[in-house]
Amino acid sequence: MRHLLSTRDLSRGEGITILDVAEGMAEVADREVRKLPALRGKTVVNLFFEDSTRTRISFEAAAKRLSADVINFSAKGSSVSKGESLKDTAQTLAAIGADAVVIRHGASGAPRVLADSGWIDAPVINAGDGTHEHPTQALLDAFTIRRRLHGNTARGRDLEGVSVTIVGDILHSRVARSNAWLLTTLGASVTFVAPATLLPIGIENWPVTVLYDLEAALGAHPDVVMMLRIQGERMHAAYFPNAREYSRIWGLDDARLALLAADTMVMHPGPMNRGLEISAGAADSPRSTVLEQVANGVSIRMAVLYLMLSGEGGK
Amino acid sequence: MPARTVLQQADITRALTRISHEILESNRGPDNLVVLGIPTRGVVLASRISEMLAGISGTPVPTGALDVTMFRDDLGRNPTRVPSPTQMPAGGIDGKTVVLVDDVLYSGRTIRAALDAIGSIGRPAIVRLATLIDRGHRELPIRPDFVGKNLPSAQNERINVHLLEIDGDEFVTIEEASA
Amino acid sequence: MSETILVRAVTLPDGTSTDILVRDGRIAELGRAIFASADRLIDGAGLMVLPGLVDLHTHLREPGFEQSETVLSGSRAAAIGGFTAVHAMANTSPVADTAGVVEQVMSLGDRHGYVTVRPIGAVTRGLEGQQLSEIGAMANSRARVRVFSDDGTCVSDPLLMRRALEYVKTFGGVIAQHSQEPRLTEGAQMNEGTLSGELGLAGWPAVAEEAIIARDVLLAEHVGARLHVCHLSTAGSVDVVRWAKARGINVTAEVTPHHLLLTEQLAANYDSRYKVNPPLRRDEDVRAVREGLADGTIDIIATDHAPHPVEAKECEWAAAAFGMVGLESALSVVQASVVDTGMLDWADVARVFSKAPAAIAQLDGYENGIAVGAPASFTLYDPSVSRVFEAAQLRGKSANSPYLSTVLPGRVMTTVHRGYPTVLDGELVDSETVAASARSHDHTHNRSGASHG
Repeated sequence: MRHLLSTRDLSRGEGITILDVAEGMAEVADREVRKLPALRGKTVVNLFFEDSTRTRISFEAAAKRLSADVINFSAKGSSVSKGESLKDTAQTLAAIGADAVVIRHGASGAPRVLADSGWIDAPVINAGDGTHEHPTQALLDAFTIRRRLHGNTARGRDLEGVSVTIVGDILHSRVARSNAWLLTTLGASVTFVAPATLLPIGIENWPVTVLYDLEAALGAHPDVVMMLRIQGERMHAAYFPNAREYSRIWGLDDARLALLAADTMVMHPGPMNRGLEISAGAADSPRSTVLEQVANGVSIRMAVLYLMLSGEGGK
Repeated sequence: MPARTVLQQADITRALTRISHEILESNRGPDNLVVLGIPTRGVVLASRISEMLAGISGTPVPTGALDVTMFRDDLGRNPTRVPSPTQMPAGGIDGKTVVLVDDVLYSGRTIRAALDAIGSIGRPAIVRLATLIDRGHRELPIRPDFVGKNLPSAQNERINVHLLEIDGDEFVTIEEASA
Repeated sequence: MSETILVRAVTLPDGTSTDILVRDGRIAELGRAIFASADRLIDGAGLMVLPGLVDLHTHLREPGFEQSETVLSGSRAAAIGGFTAVHAMANTSPVADTAGVVEQVMSLGDRHGYVTVRPIGAVTRGLEGQQLSEIGAMANSRARVRVFSDDGTCVSDPLLMRRALEYVKTFGGVIAQHSQEPRLTEGAQMNEGTLSGELGLAGWPAVAEEAIIARDVLLAEHVGARLHVCHLSTAGSVDVVRWAKARGINVTAEVTPHHLLLTEQLAANYDSRYKVNPPLRRDEDVRAVREGLADGTIDIIATDHAPHPVEAKECEWAAAAFGMVGLESALSVVQASVVDTGMLDWADVARVFSKAPAAIAQLDGYENGIAVGAPASFTLYDPSVSRVFEAAQLRGKSANSPYLSTVLPGRVMTTVHRGYPTVLDGELVDSETVAASARSHDHTHNRSGASHG
């Protein structure tokens, strides 16, 4: 793998390799010295055109645990026009000697443009681009699911037979897209639940099942229910009438939580809107994997950085 | 040149038995011993040695696996390696006598990485090194404590270790590596 | 005095072979083995002669965006593409919404002399969609503007569109509508469908084009006005126009070469060279616009040549400008998409790329194609060659062509404009020579009283 731009490009074998390497990285978290020398002397640049403290510190922790040097480059609010900014910034980073670029950008496809541009000859890791993909989030979700299901025997396994229901703003969600590709590649079945306004046109051609009715979806006893953050401003663009109606019909409240089996996982990529798409009871229940997801995020990002930057390809 | 067999299965068993006796002798018994194998084949050898130690001494000897991939100094010179699991025995390694086990000792770089890996996990009292084959050509000041067989080799030769648990058959061969 | 040119043994669009004698800016004689002395002899063996191509939809960018294109550079790009007339869109800076701007653009074109440059006037002042521009002043100016368009934006207000259709009728003009419902295309980046959903790019739905076309043809019918539909791109739009024509509505429609050849699939790697408005559509849309062109539902091909500087394309998809250059590649793309596929013959190409657009724009001299007495504006094209299209083949100022590094058929070898050559042996005649030829032509024709307005 030269870059990690989307989960759509990942084969089943590549996906499992990343999860397996992340298992090794997770072990390190329990050690006396939580640091590995693997990327000593490498420089990882976190190039964030959008604010995302959570994702940035996760990548930063991952790079530092692998002994890489980290440069945080916040390009948000730059006065140059966006297009010039990406090219100029990339060339600046190349001149600084970045060995890998972790990019978060508001424009879908910006990581791909950077990887294809020739402006910089370093692996590019997509940390979320517009409404396109967020591959490390999907990988950490898959990792979390696999660990909950298989514990210490997770290595080498896929997600064959696992059912995952993803609820919310699919249309604008890069997390939903990355998960749809990765989870189905790993053998899971994925169901989207949302009002029709929040589903992309052409969704019938995706490898997922689509339902409007959350109760019906939960009645099918999925192994995993993943709630997506709903942004309040969507209602101004008439995607739904108001937060109250959305929450009543598509929120995971305590009554719906009670419908779930005891071992059903409740996931959320964070940050959560408690009381809107997810109730406090659901967020804090033992079914919730929210904090595991955060911890696993560091392991997954360590695995990705290690796989991109070690080896002959990683210069 | 075809591969030449240098150890048969019985030779391997005999070598491991001798190593086990030597370990017990140098440690004056099984107390405080931990046997750690370096993946992949070192892990198999470590668990066999651990069983032999228990059989001879009548006391169980903890064993584990120590992956050294992330501590290697040649990560950028080879294709990306996927690390294997590291598994420490329940009692840990602090204050213990750790016997590292690998199949072939060559440049010594793997063992250097292993010493760093051990350092990130805990602080053993003593670290010893056991190897099935010592083929020479050391690049670092590292010396084994227990050796199954010294096998002088040319640098263009390859040593193949096959073990039942992994390969389905068991022998050690030496052959000239194809260019 | 302009030179006498004799073209030997070229193939006419109908397949017959002829010599062409050009004298005093006009076609003096046609036929086999013409016996005449000539200043210049051109061997037409193996070449097709087409009447000079007329582009109804060109962005020349001058005044205001001269780093992208100028009237001169755009004229040169047009000539090398086989064009002898282009219509310059109004979205310049200042906008072509007054007599002053349109006269300036036209006189620049006349002075350079590579092609006839006819300005298109803005429908609304500043392209703002609020109030009508000075349509009458532009129509009555020396530039005699007959086509009005807010291209780049849609005249979306239905009442304003109705008034525009009616008012332009007064001056015998036509509204060329950029059909794009603005509310349905807020932030739109590419065709809306499965692919846009996967790529996470905001969709530009077909209905946003079709709904405006449907509304406009009904408005045109109601007020008895002419309507021209710019760069139609979807199967549904073809159906709407077909229905309107069957109903007797006075509507004409255009399609671009790129919509005849390329599909949305090219957006998959976010390469912004393929970002264009209206967006590239699906396979079935490409098939439908080809069929619409073949059956006459679509009247003309127009390039929508839209030059942009490097930095407007060297960036993220969403930040990139819409548009692609097309003058230099147009005839080759038309050959690849509709001639080599057997949907149009060369006589059809002469109609949809010369006679029909000239008729819509009321541009004189193209009524009879290659005919004795007609102005000598034609192009000699070699359809038998095939070449890798490279930036070196572009002659405008911008390189945002979607065809770079692809193989395209055909090559323009000679272009003759009003009796003098602008392209010879596949290369442009230099600017000074062409400008001198143009001056000499105007001098001759003004003296003989053949004013062109």
